[in-house]
This record gives sequence, structure tokens and C-alpha cells, in this order.
Amino acid sequence: MYVSVKGGEKAIRAAHRLLADRRRGDRAVPEVAVDQIREQLSLAVDRVMNEGSLYDRDLAALAIKQARGDLIEAAFLVRAYRTTLPRFGHSRPLDTAAMGVERRISATYKDLPGGQILGPTFDYTHRLIDFTLMVDGETPLPTRDETVEAGPAMPRVIDLLAQEGLIEAEPQAEAGVEPGDLTRTPLRVPAARDLRLQQLARGDEGFLLALGYSTQRGYGSTHPFAGEIRIGEVEVEFEVPELGFAVPLGAVALSECQMINQFAGSAEVEPSFTRGYGLAFGQVERKVMAMALVDRALRSEELGGAVDHPAQDQEFVLAHADNVQATGFVEHLKLPHYVDFQAELALVRQMRREHAAARAARRTTSDDVYEEAAQ
Amino acid sequence: MTSFDTTTPGTDDGVAARRSVMALAAKATAWELKAVRDLAPVGVVDLRAPEVGLVMLRGRIGGSGAPFNLGEATVSRAAVRLPSGATGFGHVLGRDRHKARDAALLDALWVEGTQRDRLERSILGPLAARLAREETRRAHEVAATRVDFFTLVRGAD
Repeated sequence: MYVSVKGGEKAIRAAHRLLADRRRGDRAVPEVAVDQIREQLSLAVDRVMNEGSLYDRDLAALAIKQARGDLIEAAFLVRAYRTTLPRFGHSRPLDTAAMGVERRISATYKDLPGGQILGPTFDYTHRLIDFTLMVDGETPLPTRDETVEAGPAMPRVIDLLAQEGLIEAEPQAEAGVEPGDLTRTPLRVPAARDLRLQQLARGDEGFLLALGYSTQRGYGSTHPFAGEIRIGEVEVEFEVPELGFAVPLGAVALSECQMINQFAGSAEVEPSFTRGYGLAFGQVERKVMAMALVDRALRSEELGGAVDHPAQDQEFVLAHADNVQATGFVEHLKLPHYVDFQAELALVRQMRREHAAARAARRTTSDDVYEEAAQ
Repeated sequence: MTSFDTTTPGTDDGVAARRSVMALAAKATAWELKAVRDLAPVGVVDLRAPEVGLVMLRGRIGGSGAPFNLGEATVSRAAVRLPSGATGFGHVLGRDRHKARDAALLDALWVEGTQRDRLERSILGPLAARLAREETRRAHEVAATRVDFFTLVRGAD
């Protein structure tokens, strides 16, 4: 329990002013601008958009600046901001097959239509600190291959397996059934896959990474292959009732991961591959890979498997994935608990008195016994 | 360069052309779109004052299955009516109300249909050309990172 405490306003005002000063840092160093964060710390921006569950690059960049680079605090700011806005409606489902691909790789097929496109990746870098970034210099322009026309068609890798019937088909929505929305109705378990994916998409990247890793280390292994990872821009269309047609809103950057997993089959179902799916805002490859591993682990029960490990346990995963929620409950421990603690203090003192009295009583009794034995 | 036909709104072709104008407006910078104000007549009425809100973006399970709610995006929207009676709607990602109103103005002028040549010359044409140039550059940059596999030949015998 926490009781309201009055006082401290002056200290709070001074603390916030000190926070602003420490955020600014050494005045001799130029202040960082929001557009610099948006352009040059773009992967931090992507993470904040996902965990803040709001696609808005400028807003996420501003939140990162305000939060001094604390990305969970920045996600918290973004979540708070979104509560001030009305909801106009929902988009048509994004068509990731029509993505303007910036990166597309498959670990299951070497040669595939559209090819393996590395894009802007950290892969194959040597992870050596680049000291040239400390000095002012021009970054060279990217290499170009001008022999190609516009971006070639990039069919989904997973459709190659689907053509042979070797991988499960994704169930389509039943007519008139709207997907669940955990921003409108609190999440309850067991939750359907639509709600699980919504929660995973806004879930903490570190938490999902650890859970995904745990499945690889044997805590619910699903023998995954990265069937396809694609990153790029997808057009957004918004159905406007007054107009009677879908209006283009612009494009958003997305990352998508299709994990292919072994499935031995069951009495009714032939052996085949099953899917784990990851989708999130921006260039967040690690996040969508982890998300796809956890999505598949959470499907264990529906595929006739056991629920023996944390990553397979809906309650465990879904209730703890949201870092804004988690930070709220962990950090509330620093709020005044003075009355609570006074009660605990009194209780512990009383228990110690009783404990001492009981021990003294025991000693007296055993002394009697000793004396009796001596006689 | 993209050309814009002069089909009438309401028909399928009219809707497609109007949608492609809206798509350009959504991808324009606020500065590029601002030029539309010079073409607007006096007496434009705001049917819907420019406002910022949210649109829930939906994905599909596995990319092709049932929809799910991925997360929201900020969207600005506005609606205007010209003295001629033509109405226009602006919907753009982001929190720029002025851009949404300019997009609505552009839509209204397109629907009105009397200045399409000017619209195309001063706004739509240059905008489409700029976007096409950027798309080509992006495609070339990405294509340079395509992997060419080669198989190592084993020993002769």
C-alpha cells in the first residue's frame, strides 16, 4: 500500500530541472537535434516505435532525446502520447508480399526468385570499433548496380513449400470476425494467435530474445530454419467510409520473419513444416526472429505438444513481455511505502520479542530437565 | 513520368486516378505540397478541421492468414469544399495538419477537374518524377547487395 504524501514539491521541481541539465550534458558540446536522432540513430527509433506501439519516426526520435536515450522510458512516453489521440480506424491488412524490399534473405534456399539481397546489414562486419567515425569525414555513397530495372518481384519463400503442400496453410479469418485488440480489451489467457502476435510485436526485444534463445537451447525446441527475412517499405491503405474506397496513407518500414519448423505430424495431420511468424516496425531483424521463435513455441499446445517450458507458457510470456507494464510494477517499489514499512517494522519487532520469550521459556524448561537428570 | 488521365470521378478509372493522386500527396514533403495553395480559389470551406489521430495498422498471421493488429500509426486528416462544391479529403501518415489540409485541397482541385493540367505541371509531375528517381536509386543501391553464388569446382579427378 502507498499513501499520498504531501510536500517535496520544491525538491521535485529542482530534480526535474537538474534532469534537464544532465540531459543536455556539457554545454560545450553541440546539442543533438531530433532529426539527427531520426536519421542517425534510426534503429533506436525503430525499437521505440515497436515497444511504444506507435509508428511515428519523429515522435520516437523526440522521445529518445527527452529520455536521454533510455529506450524503455522513451517507449513509455510514446505510449502515454498515443492515449491523447482519437482512433480514426484501422488499415487494410498490410501486404508484405508487395514490399519494396531493402533486404531479403533465406537460410533454406540458396537460389530463389528475386535472389538473396543483403541490404544494409551488420552481418559479415567484423565488429571492430571504427575510429574513423570519430573524425569528420564524408561517408561514401552506396555502390549501385544500374543494370537492373526497378525492384524485381520477390515471391515469398514460404509459398514455394506451400505449393507442394509441405507446410501448413495459415487459417483465413472467418467472415465478420474482427481481430482482437489488446489496447481495447485487456489481454486474457488463453489468447488467440492474433492477440499473441499483437503482444509480441510490442513486447520487449530483450525478453523475446532470451525466450527465443531458451527454445534453441532445449527449453521447448522447435528445430527452426529462417525461411525468409525481409525488410522494406509497405504501402498503407485506410478504408474511409465517406469515400467508399481505400485511401493510400503512405508507406511504413517493416521487418518480417518466417520461421520454418519441423513437425512430426499427429494421428490426424501428416508430417509437415509448421510456421512461426514475426512482424514489426522498421529494421528490427533480431526482434522479428525472436518473435517468430516465441510465436511457434506458444503454438505448442495447439499442435499437440506439451507446455513444459517458459517460452511455451502463454501466461508467462504474454504477461511479462510488455516492458512498460513491467517497469511500472518493478519501479513502483521506489514510491513511498512508509506506512507499509512501519507496519512491517512493528510486526518484526513483535515477532522478535515473542521469539526471544519462547526461547527463554525453552531454556528454562530444558534447564529444569538438566537439573532433574543431574539429581 | 506518370500521366494522369482525365476520367471522371465515380467511375472505376476515376477512383484509380484519384487514388494515385492521393498516393502522391501522401509521399510528398510538406514543402512540395504547399504549392497547391497558390491554385486554390478563395472561399474554401473546412468540412473537417485538420486533426491528428491514430490508425491501427494490421498485418496478416504468417503474412497471408487472418488479420491481426500490429500497432498504431499517427495519421493527419482534413476535408475541404471548394466554392464550386467539389470536396476533397486528405489523409497522410504523421502529425502534419497543414500537410493533411494541403492534401485535401489537392484532392478537391483534382475532383473539380478544371485545373488538372496546372496541377500536373506544377505539383504532380515534378513529385512523381522525384519519387521515381528515388525509387530507381534505391533499387540500384539494393541490387548491388544481391549475392551471386558460385560453386567451387572440385578437383579434376
